[in-house]
Amino acid sequence: MVIGIALAFPTGFIVFLDNIKVVSSNLDNTIELNLFLKMDVNEIKAEALADKLSNHEDIKKIILIRRDEALSEYKKLSGFDNVLDSLDENPFPNLILIKPKFKNNENSQIADLVEELKIMPEIENIQYDNKWINRLTKIIEIIKLVVLILSALLVASVLLIIGNTIRLSIYNHRDEIEITKLFGGSDSFIQRPFLYSGFWYGIFGGLIAWFLVLISISILGDPVKKLSYLYDANFKLVGLGLTDTLTLLAVGIFLGILGSWIAVKRHLRSIEPG
Amino acid sequence: MIQFTNVSMVYPRGNKALQNIDLNIDKGEMVYISGHSGAGKSTLLRLINLVDRHTRGQIIVKGQNLERIRNKRVAKFRRNIGFIFQDHKLLNDRTIFDNVALPLVIAGNTHQDIKRRVQASLDKVGLLSKINNYPMELSSGECQRIGFARAVVHRPTILLADEPTGNLDPALSWEMMKLFEQFNQVGVTVMIASHELDMIKHMHKRIIVLNKGRTVDI
Repeated sequence: MVIGIALAFPTGFIVFLDNIKVVSSNLDNTIELNLFLKMDVNEIKAEALADKLSNHEDIKKIILIRRDEALSEYKKLSGFDNVLDSLDENPFPNLILIKPKFKNNENSQIADLVEELKIMPEIENIQYDNKWINRLTKIIEIIKLVVLILSALLVASVLLIIGNTIRLSIYNHRDEIEITKLFGGSDSFIQRPFLYSGFWYGIFGGLIAWFLVLISISILGDPVKKLSYLYDANFKLVGLGLTDTLTLLAVGIFLGILGSWIAVKRHLRSIEPG
Repeated sequence: MIQFTNVSMVYPRGNKALQNIDLNIDKGEMVYISGHSGAGKSTLLRLINLVDRHTRGQIIVKGQNLERIRNKRVAKFRRNIGFIFQDHKLLNDRTIFDNVALPLVIAGNTHQDIKRRVQASLDKVGLLSKINNYPMELSSGECQRIGFARAVVHRPTILLADEPTGNLDPALSWEMMKLFEQFNQVGVTVMIASHELDMIKHMHKRIIVLNKGRTVDI
């Protein structure tokens, strides 16, 4: 049970990270670059530029907002029809909206793209709000590190728990080990049942961890869903898939065998027929 | 079969357990080692079974120089030897069958062979009916006979016994000695450490007497 709980924590953290990844990838879709073109760039040139940019490998979607469309939209939204009609010339430039592609959730890609676009002669100004995305990315990076450190500590604790359990088991079987050695039992013969114990500790620990994470997700699933509705999103908690479950069991087995192997190697030599 | 040449054994704290021992035991011989407590009887047997390592001299067992047997090879070496202890050293949470089967399980014998040999061995010591009992359900004399059955079940070429009659009454001790003789008659080299000099004198076998770690004449 203790092994299961100790394994459940890193597993839960990893599931938490997976869900954060889903959330952050959804947020990535909201990033938009506004390219304000120079006033002397007419619609034909703007369309040509939009065509050219649509083939760019880091750009997912392009929307060209012509200056006339921008003006009429602003009229609708602002209600300053009369004031705008009194102007001699349309003050709005042609505008290109860009949705960039994200590879590996790297926010630096956007900065590179902006630098590349800035030097284009048709572009006057580029606007995008990346501060909060940068902050979120940094927070996620810190959370990932914290999860990694905590997971490493918990994995080490699993090794210690299994090692200690096997150590106690070895000392409980001290007489049996001594007698077995006296009748020619090799170290590998004696350590075999302890390694099997480690295997079973690992597999049952992994199953308990899987069950605990499953329960946690089912408890948290509904409140998280309701919360996401409040933010006009349709987010659903992602649980452990088949691959994750098999990986968890494999890690449990590996840690079980490794923990018992270390304990056996350390303590078996100290028991000799006396 | 067993040859000691100028063998000494000094324990780490400086206790001289054996000093300049020279002895030769032939194949198929039955020998008693006698002496008072602390004379070095148990140490002598422990050196043969590689429980302890001698600090000087040379021990040859079945043509093998014990000094040259590395720790990794000790387990294999011990499979040729049967050992009987004064305190039986039976596993209380295992049945008599499992206790006697231990040397055969270690050797990797088949289940069928183990069953057959364990039954034969228990039959030899007259305790086949106790095959499914636990050691706690047996008397001290019966436990010692179980210890004997376990020591011979894998047909060792050397049988060592350390005070095998120490906890037994004279009648049971005599019975036990007869078992050793029977086993010796089929060619097994037997070494028995015992402080009961009066009893072993009646066995008409060679007796090596130790005193303060040295051999003495009787």
